[in-house]
Amino acid sequence: MMDDLRELYQEVILDHGKNPRNFRHPDDANREAKGENPMCGDRFMVYLTLKDGVVDDVAFQGRGCAISTASASMMTELVRGKTAAEAEKLFHAFHELCTQDEPDIPEGVDDETMEKLMVMSGVRQFPVRVKCATLAWHAMNAALHGEAAASSDQY
Amino acid sequence: MSDAILNQAYDVQRVREDFPILARSVHARKGKPGKPLVYLDSGASAQKPRQVIQAMTRFLEEDYSNIHRGVHFLSQTATDQFEAVRTKVARFLNAPNDRCIVFTRSSTEAINLVASSYGRTFLNEGDEVILSIMEHHANIVPWQLLQAEKKIVIKVVPCDEDGVLDMDAYKDLLSDRTKLVAITHCSNVLGTVTPAKAIARLAHERGVPVLFDGSQAVVHGTVDVQDIDADFYVFTAHKLYGPTGLGVLYGKYDLLKKMPPYQGGGDMIESVSFEGTTFKAPPSRFEAGTPPITEVIGLGAAIDYVEALGRDAIAAHEHDLLQYATQQLSQIDGLRIVGTAPGKGPIISFALEGVHPHDVGTIVDQYGVAVRVGRHCAEPLAERFDVGPTVRASFGLYNTREEADALVHSLQAVKEFFGA
Repeated sequence: MMDDLRELYQEVILDHGKNPRNFRHPDDANREAKGENPMCGDRFMVYLTLKDGVVDDVAFQGRGCAISTASASMMTELVRGKTAAEAEKLFHAFHELCTQDEPDIPEGVDDETMEKLMVMSGVRQFPVRVKCATLAWHAMNAALHGEAAASSDQY
Repeated sequence: MSDAILNQAYDVQRVREDFPILARSVHARKGKPGKPLVYLDSGASAQKPRQVIQAMTRFLEEDYSNIHRGVHFLSQTATDQFEAVRTKVARFLNAPNDRCIVFTRSSTEAINLVASSYGRTFLNEGDEVILSIMEHHANIVPWQLLQAEKKIVIKVVPCDEDGVLDMDAYKDLLSDRTKLVAITHCSNVLGTVTPAKAIARLAHERGVPVLFDGSQAVVHGTVDVQDIDADFYVFTAHKLYGPTGLGVLYGKYDLLKKMPPYQGGGDMIESVSFEGTTFKAPPSRFEAGTPPITEVIGLGAAIDYVEALGRDAIAAHEHDLLQYATQQLSQIDGLRIVGTAPGKGPIISFALEGVHPHDVGTIVDQYGVAVRVGRHCAEPLAERFDVGPTVRASFGLYNTREEADALVHSLQAVKEFFGA
């Protein structure tokens, strides 16, 4: 039982939750989208600076639980420097990881990135928390597609 | 009241035996026992005693039929039992008679019924409806729908830092433009019990009717709609240890009588033709379609159950739990209780510094402790206290001091976990 908790709240997650990286609003951001979970009131803005089809900068602001904050923070580190297509692929990989016991990971996601994403996979044991983990990712994906907000019933 | 006397009057261990679900554990895994369930979420929905479960089962097995229709034996039997519960509910609220009792699907539907039927008929552009800051969304959104349609104005009574309703502000808000007051009788977040009688008296001085949302209040104390002089009073069966899918609207008969139907259908008409249809008198007028018959039987059993235990004895037990839990929780560093009104109901909402309520909820759940986290369907209130979401522990007639201890213990674990 407590093993599941340790799996969910790994040190790296607690760290990102407490000290989120890229927690800011970049001046040159040219895409942004809101992610909101009406159940708990978590709310994030994700900002992207897309240059020539590459995510030049990615950051976020808002407030949420340790899981959603850590996931948003780790996302910013993983997505930066990726092409829009790669970033979207990462979103799908992460979504699979959080929701499927046997995730179907898209081709072309490197092992190192997968290893970092795996940290969040403990959330699978906590179905009601999957929305927390994927909230900022949905917003990032919405921003990639030029949408203003992630649909609130996605997860 | 000393603990000894309290324990003699109220044997909580025996009460717990009436609730089969309380014996279960949660999070059991292969080869590993689970944790005993510590259910502190009765404010969201209460567990059901065997007496309610058995009454519903017995009804389905022996007496079930549709009501108000058949000439056959079972339909008569079912109708008699159904209507007997209406009479019981009237007595439970001390309503003058059972014609004032309308069965609905929920408290929410009961409020929507009043907003839709009374509101659309008697409220016009510029008329004001007074709500309070501590309303559940169920007593906000129906009025906003009316606002969009009829251009009414919604005024909101604030509360102070303890969560006490600001009666001076209420007096100031009452005016010639006020056409209805709709206020909770007990906040589902703060536990605050509002001074219903004074609220109604002040409104009546201006001829304004008052609706009370009694969803929490009927559970934790005795409600007398005639003493309060409520014009409308709503509650729901599932928080009162009864089944889901059933709410109650009490309305003064003179008001109900002049209100048009809320929904159309069978069982609410006198005669139907394509030239015109005439409607039955209340309460039938507001009960279109086949009602939740078995659930009404269950509510009857739930009322019998709480009355057999004694509503004062339940209230005393819950008050003891509230005091004990408040005292224990207050000793946790960084824990802030939101809602400290005198005489409040056994509901404790709190924030733990440095830890998001959602994370608190997940961790205490692993210890078997079921609490509600979030904004509890009362977003404006969360803004008012600037706490965002909170954790809410709500106590019922079956909870124990040991369960309050289990909550405190699990919160200590949360703090260790997060180093908070």
